[in-house]
Amino acid sequence: MRHIISLLMENEAGALSRVAGLFSARGYNIESLNVAPTEDPTMSRMTIVTSGSDEVIEQINKQLNKLVDVVSVMDLSDGDHIERELMLVKVHATGEAREELKRIADIFRGRIIDVSDKTYTIELTGSGSKLDSFLQAIDHSLILETVRTGASGIGRGDRILKL
Amino acid sequence: MELTGAEITIRCLQEEGVEYVFGYPGGAVLFIYDELFKQEQVKHVLVRHEQAAVHAADGYARSTDKVGVALVTSGPGVTNAVTGIATAYMDSIPLVVISGQVPTSYIGEDAFQEVDTVGITRPCVKHNFLVKDVRDIASTMKKAFYLAKSGRPGPVLVDIPKDVSQQKTEYSYPATVNIRSYTPQTHGDIGQIKRAAQLLLEAKRPMVYAGGGVVLSDASKQLTELVRLLGVPCTNTLMGLGGYPADDRQFVGMLGMHGTYEANLGMQNCDVLLAVGARFDDRVIGNVGHFNSVPRKIIHIDIDPASISKRVKVDVPIVGDVAHVLADLLSVLNSSKQKPDAAALKDWWKQIDEWRAANSLAYKNSSEVIKPQYVIEQLHKLTHGDAFVTSDVGQHQMWAAQYYGFNHPRRWINSGGLGTMGFGLPAAMGVQLAHPGAPVACVTGEGSIQMNIQELSTCKQYQLPIKIIALNNRYLGMVRQWQEFFHGNRYSHSYMDALPDFVKLAEAYGHVGILVEKPSDVEGALKEAFARKDELVFLDFRTDMTENVYPMVPGGKGLSEVILAEDL
Repeated sequence: MRHIISLLMENEAGALSRVAGLFSARGYNIESLNVAPTEDPTMSRMTIVTSGSDEVIEQINKQLNKLVDVVSVMDLSDGDHIERELMLVKVHATGEAREELKRIADIFRGRIIDVSDKTYTIELTGSGSKLDSFLQAIDHSLILETVRTGASGIGRGDRILKL
Repeated sequence: MELTGAEITIRCLQEEGVEYVFGYPGGAVLFIYDELFKQEQVKHVLVRHEQAAVHAADGYARSTDKVGVALVTSGPGVTNAVTGIATAYMDSIPLVVISGQVPTSYIGEDAFQEVDTVGITRPCVKHNFLVKDVRDIASTMKKAFYLAKSGRPGPVLVDIPKDVSQQKTEYSYPATVNIRSYTPQTHGDIGQIKRAAQLLLEAKRPMVYAGGGVVLSDASKQLTELVRLLGVPCTNTLMGLGGYPADDRQFVGMLGMHGTYEANLGMQNCDVLLAVGARFDDRVIGNVGHFNSVPRKIIHIDIDPASISKRVKVDVPIVGDVAHVLADLLSVLNSSKQKPDAAALKDWWKQIDEWRAANSLAYKNSSEVIKPQYVIEQLHKLTHGDAFVTSDVGQHQMWAAQYYGFNHPRRWINSGGLGTMGFGLPAAMGVQLAHPGAPVACVTGEGSIQMNIQELSTCKQYQLPIKIIALNNRYLGMVRQWQEFFHGNRYSHSYMDALPDFVKLAEAYGHVGILVEKPSDVEGALKEAFARKDELVFLDFRTDMTENVYPMVPGGKGLSEVILAEDL
């Protein structure tokens, strides 16, 4: 089953490699992983999307907690949460397609953030499946580049991950 | 006053009460070695290979309750040390390994003797640090010792670039340490402990399975008290030997691949299993599916939550220091009105004794050829089961574990998790330094001993009167045994050809060597060796070439699918 795990870790050199190394050493899946500093510059927050049986997910949580650089871990999938992913897509936009791409981007609440005479760069935010749907909705041959951040997640309401 | 990074490093070791540092100098650690030279409190032991430095620190740590310390240079110094670090990691041994690194300005430039030490060691340390600022050395060293010893112990590496060891800063050693992301839980949840007590009291066929955690937590006393209070059979893992006295009637021997029949069948058939500081690894329970095919309730005490329900689903998990949890469990049981089910226990012991009657460790002694088991039995007899026994890895290790009979913890020193050949001799050095005057035997084979034989030179330099008990069967015995059982007797590269004359070799290093070829000479040779109190004696026992270790649960099989000696 798919799980989205959030963790706070010390903002130290090598902390990322400890997490990534744990997943490869123990053969756990990583669907996506992203990390950036938080409002507290000594800490980074990481979101990992992974999948596995309940036993494997339990081990992943325990093994992550065991890393000395990891401050706290929360399996967001255990409760209500919000998940967002950012995607930038550069598309070939000429002739009739130029208008059509704009229209589809609007439907998906995407924004065109860069324009050249032959291309659009579209910014899109949402769940992973929404981004997938957008890519399916446009003519595949027009896609020049796709960049996705992987999911970021946060608990709803009082579910707060902190020190 | 301002001190250099190197001075600070040594001061920290002094503050931690470090007695011995096992190491080998090189370019990147020259400033640190210079400071070692200028003081006398921390004694340095010069090994002949960095792997041995870490094993010696490891042996020191295992036989005491202290942190072992090793010091190596950058590059090959570190890569040589990795086997030692991984060995300690697998067995949860507290070590601090200090390594030199190329100067900070050279890092990443493929400098001479540069390796990514933190990267290479990351998967086999509890934690590691690269100290880039001299002001961080003292706090990092404090953290390193704290991390190594607390919680589930393990090796911690501190990598110090050469320029950092040369720079100066104000020094003060932190009195306390606080790592916000690291708070090991030492006391178990009392509700869970009560549930465990209830299960144990209601059990019809209870069993205690105790591992290395009991030894590491110095909880033998509590374990022994608990087992006697409950009147249950107790088995030890390879790492747990000595955690429960081997000569006690309630001890059913070691379990696992080469465990006794009664221990393995007890484990398989019990209805309530209390696992203490053990981790259900593949060499212990064999095939997981087979083990799980029998219903039983499992209580698991471990300080590492990740060890619980890793391979086997547990009914009552208790996270905490084994010594604390056992003490709490004892007080719950002592204050309970309910007593163990005596009638059920009587039936259970009847069953255990039937299994015990199979006498699964029996072997046919011979007057023609030396049986390895006989050598270990004689060693036990001579040392009254009180010697420190280190071992290498293979058949001799299993025979030592099966036949020595350890009555005290921290006496049996072996590489259980990683299975590192070459561990025994350097580990014995650390043990002997920690316990001067105590009998220390290194049980080894002609294969393993050659993996760190150069340490005979270190033993000479520091006058370490270790007794090397080499069970020399001219084969890599365990490999040969598997080839006999599972590979159609094709002994691919398991014969040790062109062996040295170990007697002459020992003599060349300035020690005593004795060749023993007849069973009737075994006892006398051992007596002579231990009578030479101040000398290292290398006993080259020419043992039966094709003796096998029994009982054996073949890899991937279940605990009751055991091969006994008489089956063949």
